Amino acid sequence: MYALEISRLHKTYANGLQALKGIDLTVEQGDFFAFLGPNGAGKSTCIGIITSLVNKTSGTVKVFGHSIDKESIMAKSILGSVPQEFNFNTFEPVQEIVTNQGGFYGVPAKVARLQTEHYLKQLGLWQYRKLQARYLSGGMKRRLMIARALIHKPRLLILDEPTAGVDIELRRSMWEFMNQINQQGTTIILTTHYLEEAERMCHNVAIIDEGEIIKNTSMKSLLRSLKSETFILYLRDDISQPPALEGFAVPVVIDSHTLEVEVPQTRSLNDLIQQLDSQQIVVSRMRNKVNRLEELFITITSKLEIMHDTVG
Amino acid sequence: MTQWAKYWVAYLTIARREILRFARIWVQTIIPPMVMVGLYFVIFGKLIGQRIGEMDGMNYVDFIMPGLVMMSIITNSYANVVSSFYGAKYSHYIEEMLIAPIPNIVILIGYVTGGIVRGMSVGIAVTLVSLFFTDFSIHAPLIVFVIAFLTAFLFSLAGLINGVFARTFDDVTIIPTFVLTPLTYLGGIFYSIRLLPETWQQVSLINPILYMVNSFRFGFRGVSDIGLGTAIMVILFFIVILFAFCMILLERGTGIRH
Repeated sequence: MYALEISRLHKTYANGLQALKGIDLTVEQGDFFAFLGPNGAGKSTCIGIITSLVNKTSGTVKVFGHSIDKESIMAKSILGSVPQEFNFNTFEPVQEIVTNQGGFYGVPAKVARLQTEHYLKQLGLWQYRKLQARYLSGGMKRRLMIARALIHKPRLLILDEPTAGVDIELRRSMWEFMNQINQQGTTIILTTHYLEEAERMCHNVAIIDEGEIIKNTSMKSLLRSLKSETFILYLRDDISQPPALEGFAVPVVIDSHTLEVEVPQTRSLNDLIQQLDSQQIVVSRMRNKVNRLEELFITITSKLEIMHDTVG
Repeated sequence: MTQWAKYWVAYLTIARREILRFARIWVQTIIPPMVMVGLYFVIFGKLIGQRIGEMDGMNYVDFIMPGLVMMSIITNSYANVVSSFYGAKYSHYIEEMLIAPIPNIVILIGYVTGGIVRGMSVGIAVTLVSLFFTDFSIHAPLIVFVIAFLTAFLFSLAGLINGVFARTFDDVTIIPTFVLTPLTYLGGIFYSIRLLPETWQQVSLINPILYMVNSFRFGFRGVSDIGLGTAIMVILFFIVILFAFCMILLERGTGIRH
């Protein structure tokens, strides 16, 4: 049984916009799954349908085997969701928002209060519990929504850009927290624009574009399909023109101290450094231009754009 | 824990949240109707009322008192649900309930409970104000309670329908201003329909609020233009229709699911 099983899911909005064009998707139990795609690709529509905020046009969705149509109460009771937009009453105190959500799921008040304390403490919000939610910072509001989504201990948790607008330090602690939740057995589906986050956390990945799933594979095999990687090299001495490198494209000189080199999968970094060394070019430091998933993502989605442009 | 017990917890959560919402802002929700009705008593009851003399065999101020209480119940139960439901929609926190395993009927009854409690609380507050102007007497307390409860129930449902269809804050006030207020004023609060020409008496009978005001007045004073049984049947009839309509709207997700 899958944690999530979507088949032939279509959604056409009243204005004629075809947001989902018959997608199929499965997520294994216990997975940490990345659901990626550019803005307007259909991610939020898909999540909206799973969480019953959007009516689908056709197709089926099952959460741990429970159909969202025929067994909606069962499906909903094991699903938790952290949406992209803030959707709580900003005039309610933090603690009440979380406890009330427990109540909506039928968690008795006493238990809900204890659970609220537990999650608010874990997410560093306990000291703000009596504050109206509107006084929280953006990052705190995101964490509030995570605490709220966990109050009924869901088996499948959908996180729609949970770290948007969160500073890097806090993001790292949230990653740790999400990892912990996943290791305790909760299946997680994550959408994010920080591809480093997806690469770091997720085991499997689906990429959606223009309402269609264009990749659905393991993170490892997706990254393996990367044909080349781009590196930024910081040089010790000035150079005026790009060095000639055998087996590599002509590097780009960003400034007199910095080179951008594309390293194909067939070539190694040792090879690159050796060739530079033989030309007396000393590399002091280097880094990836973008992370690997980002590189792939750009390649895949821009390929599609080119295809659409040609067709159009 | 059985599923029913979970629904009960969900119901209590919604009802409690709805009650807390208006109770926290009591200066905006409880006080204004008390002030308004106080002014009605001063102007229509004391100043003008003394010149009007008796209506249906009682002092004018005693005659209008039940209608004014009823008017407060109607407007407040309606306003509570429409503003709360639309607010939840506008700020998207209605999604908290929509994603949770709560049957629509529980959401509906939860909101209606908030409306009823607000309507009844305001009704009691306004009755307390009336004590400064009239002697307190109730002919049949049970009837007063039942009619107040059913009326608050009915207008809470109506408020929810308005909330479902409302797309802007303007939509929240259009129905109360252009439909509810005229129907209430023409619903026999300030006069007995027997004063009207025959034709207008018949026209007045189309107005459902007339039945509520008159049966409520019967509860207080033992006098009514309408038979009590007919009045209760009319109110129950509208409750059934509006309840069914609310359920259809929620099941379809009108205005709340895309």
